[in-house]
Amino acid sequence: MNAARVFRLRPGWRLQWEPAQGRHVLLYPEGMVQLNDSAGAVLGLVDGRRDLAAILSALGERFPEAETLADDVHEFLAEALAQGWIRDTEAT
Amino acid sequence: MMAPDTEHDVTPGPPLWLLAELTYRCPLQCPYCSNPLDFAAHRDELTTDEWRDVLRQSRALGAAQLGFSGGEPLVRDDLEALVAEARELGFYTNLITSGLGLDSARITALQAAGLDHIQISLQAADDDLAAAVAGAPRAHAKKLAMARAVKAAGYPMVLNVVLHRHNIDDIDRLIALCDELGADAVELATCQHYGWAQLNRAGLLPSRAQVEAAEAATGRWRERLAARGRDMRLLFVVPDYYAERPKACMGGWGSLFMTVAPDGAVLPCHSARELPMAFPTVREQSLAAIWQESAAFNRFRGDAWMSPTCRDCDERHHDYGGCRCQAYLLTGDPAATDPVCARSPDHGVIEAARDEAARDGRGLDGLVARNVRASRVFCRQ
Ligand code: SF4
Ligand code: SF4
Repeated sequence: MNAARVFRLRPGWRLQWEPAQGRHVLLYPEGMVQLNDSAGAVLGLVDGRRDLAAILSALGERFPEAETLADDVHEFLAEALAQGWIRDTEAT
Repeated sequence: MMAPDTEHDVTPGPPLWLLAELTYRCPLQCPYCSNPLDFAAHRDELTTDEWRDVLRQSRALGAAQLGFSGGEPLVRDDLEALVAEARELGFYTNLITSGLGLDSARITALQAAGLDHIQISLQAADDDLAAAVAGAPRAHAKKLAMARAVKAAGYPMVLNVVLHRHNIDDIDRLIALCDELGADAVELATCQHYGWAQLNRAGLLPSRAQVEAAEAATGRWRERLAARGRDMRLLFVVPDYYAERPKACMGGWGSLFMTVAPDGAVLPCHSARELPMAFPTVREQSLAAIWQESAAFNRFRGDAWMSPTCRDCDERHHDYGGCRCQAYLLTGDPAATDPVCARSPDHGVIEAARDEAARDGRGLDGLVARNVRASRVFCRQ
């Protein structure tokens, strides 16, 4: 995973807050991934423009008390890529 | 990926899935159709406004995934309006279609309405077999053209192929066709025996050797696709009749899924109408009352209703005792242990069904086609 690449959700997939479940879910053809708080926060920043550094700095602003996020976020994004939830492309 | 609740009290969580069966009308006549045998008796379809209300109520209850199905949902000319309403409410909208009734104008209109995904079903890998299965001579070519148009419009596309003894040996050609059409995922589902498929079971059930060969071929395809970097998921569904344990049907009765039938009957799954019990309709009660309080939805929640075999079994929170429809169809008792389970005292009926199927030499033309004429025979007078 190259740090300069930007992330976006897989085309046709949608991230959404579900009040009835009290969590973010990732909706895709005939299915749903139920996300925990941190996964929801990270995916909420996956917008087709941010790269890893931008995601980390946005998270840092939002959760200043959280310290060493970088490894966890890196690991989560790698997993999300492997699962096919997100795609990465060259920054344009 | 929807994890069932781990608690097993009887207070239901929200229904996360709504299957909106807009109509039982369909131009095809698949002999494995899961619609009820007496579908012709339920002709009083909900109006557009009634469907809008169903969408609003179910979204308020927490439903997030929505399937428009049938019958053939494209038969309804208010489909686009309903998709727009659903999308506005925040549903992820799936159209589950045979592809017949679709054309490029409708693909564009559905896209404008916000439709998220189209699932098209294929009957076979070639025209002749597809025509014999669906009872419609030119349907296959039309489906292929529509699958291409759906991909060209930029939708994610799941292709669904119902497998049975007459097409399962073509698995390689079927997967190759789906690959060529650009599918994002393929469901290779040996038919489940409810509705018309139960009626035609002996003429549809593949042999164990056929199932094993098809599963192995699917495994080889997964490796080949991965080697090419092609992201096309293959889901192979083994028929219950060759399993040792039943499926966790619908993730548990009244636990995640809700089906609204064309006439407004609310069901815990699309086959439940075959059970000897009454289901409330949206014309009589609110969806919230039906989901939370109706006798029908509460009947098989929790585990107090279970047969002694299941109640004492440590797997009961894993498969919920299997499928209620299958239990009823095969034993006459909807609360019985699903006979698919090797622990069921009725498991012998599964072996008997396999033997019966092995002796059945009928071709597709010997099966009962799903159509209004045949359905009238099953309508309660
Ligand atoms: S299974 Fe075949 S006959 Fe039944 S609704 Fe689907 S396309 Fe129509
Ligand atoms: S006995 Fe009942 S609960 Fe146990 S595995 Fe079989 S069907 Fe499931």
